[in-house]
Amino acid sequence: MILAAGGINNSILVVVFASAVVYGTPLLYAALGELLAERSGVLNLGVEGMMLVGAVMGFWGVQRTGSLTLAIAIAALAGGSMALIHAFLVVTLRANQIVSGLALTIFAGAGGLSSYLGNDLNIADQPAKHMFSPFLPKGWQSAEIVGPIFFRQSVLVYASWVCVVLVGLYLARTRPGLNVRAVGESPAAADAMGINVVKYRYLHTIVGGAFAGVGGACFSLSITPQWVDGLTSGAGWIAIALVIFAFWRPTLCLVGAYLFGAFSGIPFTFQARGILSGVPPELFQALPYLMTVLVLVLVSTAGARRRLGAPASLGIPYVREER
Amino acid sequence: MIRIERRLTQPRWLTFAVPVGSIVVAFGFMTLVLLLTHHRPGHTFVRLFDSGFSGTQSLNATFVSATPLIFTGLCAAIAFRMQLFNIGGEGQLYVGAITGAAAGIALGNHSGWVSIPAMIAAGAVGGAAFALIPALLRAFLSTNEIITSLMLNYVAALVINYLIFDSLSYWRDTSSATAKVFPQGKNLPEAASWPVTHAGSLVLPLGLLIGAVVAALIWILYSRTRFGFEVQVIGDSPRAASYAGMRTRRKILAVMALSGAVAGIGGASQDGDFRHTLDPRGLTAAGYGYAGIVIAALARYNPFAVCLVAFLLGGLQNAGYTLQGADFPSGLVGVMQGLILFCALGGELLVRYRIALARRSRVVEVST
Repeated sequence: MILAAGGINNSILVVVFASAVVYGTPLLYAALGELLAERSGVLNLGVEGMMLVGAVMGFWGVQRTGSLTLAIAIAALAGGSMALIHAFLVVTLRANQIVSGLALTIFAGAGGLSSYLGNDLNIADQPAKHMFSPFLPKGWQSAEIVGPIFFRQSVLVYASWVCVVLVGLYLARTRPGLNVRAVGESPAAADAMGINVVKYRYLHTIVGGAFAGVGGACFSLSITPQWVDGLTSGAGWIAIALVIFAFWRPTLCLVGAYLFGAFSGIPFTFQARGILSGVPPELFQALPYLMTVLVLVLVSTAGARRRLGAPASLGIPYVREER
Repeated sequence: MIRIERRLTQPRWLTFAVPVGSIVVAFGFMTLVLLLTHHRPGHTFVRLFDSGFSGTQSLNATFVSATPLIFTGLCAAIAFRMQLFNIGGEGQLYVGAITGAAAGIALGNHSGWVSIPAMIAAGAVGGAAFALIPALLRAFLSTNEIITSLMLNYVAALVINYLIFDSLSYWRDTSSATAKVFPQGKNLPEAASWPVTHAGSLVLPLGLLIGAVVAALIWILYSRTRFGFEVQVIGDSPRAASYAGMRTRRKILAVMALSGAVAGIGGASQDGDFRHTLDPRGLTAAGYGYAGIVIAALARYNPFAVCLVAFLLGGLQNAGYTLQGADFPSGLVGVMQGLILFCALGGELLVRYRIALARRSRVVEVST
């Protein structure tokens, strides 16, 4: 079974790894975005909602303009504007970040704005006009093992790697990046240094939302190129868990995203191949959710002892007069 | 010059005026959304009110929609009051529906006096047990309960689907040939059907009355007992609570179990009051648990206010179902709930802070 017909590239391990990259990519974008927001001290639980709005608007963008680049830009814009609502509520109005994030998911998520837009723009049940598909030379794509996993991927995958590097360098090596970390750790000290806390928090929350929007568009423009209500089915929440799992580090986000991507891809792969067909499909479908819980448990027991990585002022509003 | 300053005292009228004001502002934003998407706001709102709240038929339908929302709203309010963010009301309601239906089917040849309390108890136990999973993880391993309870919602939805669509479980109807091809739940026996109360021409489901009683009990528990006091202290200041020797870990387990139990009774009420079978599609499509979070936040975690807000949002949901179509696209209900919640959150600022309009010179004078 390991070496099925069709050579090594058709073997179950390679297929699972390849699907891990495919399904991990939206998680990676969303997690990177959430990481940026959280590093500035803003917890945004609205990722699922921002992803869905990004997915629906990205899909609308490609149907309307026919350009994938524009579609991605529209998705990012849509995700960013959703995040702006959250930023306004929690930074300017000092609302509870948890409740505001939940409100954003209810407002924008399945049964909310994304469904409304999908319905109102009349784009459900249409095939996408264009989609992101593998573009590297055929010879590379059919290379043994590495071909399907790394070369038979869309540009969204390669762009996500660039984003990991950029976000990593930004946070570790640039002045604004260090400032963000200061704002997330101790806004009062950052404020005293002359850093504009409000500006940094707004900016990173919005950019985080834009990333989530692109992550959502990965679903509607690449994985399942169409719009269905509730398309992301919990990916946004997994992305939030992923940030905790990655100890707020971009490179670990990459590892974690592909791990969870594998769990998300396994139900489809196994079902398509009839592997373990005696086992109820729901068990496989529950896998990503159960693994998220399991991984969170593992991380929290290790992390609670050492408090790895969490920005010290995460979730706490900053009010200059009350510090 | 606008300044935001903390209020030293919170006037009572504000706690009422702010939610009402938020709803008004939310309708303002809603008008904007409708205008931007080329709908007629006035028309939509009138139809919304008509099919939600005017006439006995609409009111009776609103009671039906409000019943599960009271339970999930209370479920969220109970836990949120302790800053314990149980987002799992949705899944706990499913599990309550599963265990409640099992009790209903099993006790079919007893009278309603036996089977209905048994269904309520079974629903409560099921919901509480399911809520204890994130509670135990939180209490002993300090795992974030928001994400674990949310992930378990998806798992519970898959379990309920499995029981009806992918297995020959106890809950599935396998008596006839069509039932084998088109999976559906067993119909609950007559004794498991919950009675309704007539008040004039209004029909009140039993679940609604139980919900009101539960709300009263929660109010007593939280405002009149030591347990409730400790919960509130832990919620407001965990550090003060631990210095005072309060046992936070036990409270987490107790509060989550209580919260899950209430959602579970809501699930049992779905079986007994309305659906009379275990109905995966209907339950998973409704999103009662998520609406419960909106309700709890709007009610500012006050149990009686939960009942009132559940009635209002129940009307909104009910109108959403009846009006669904060109005039009232799906998704609008969620958009409205979200907007109302945003406005309530923003309005919270006005409860805690005061917006002072002052000339710059006077500000200087005050500060010196």
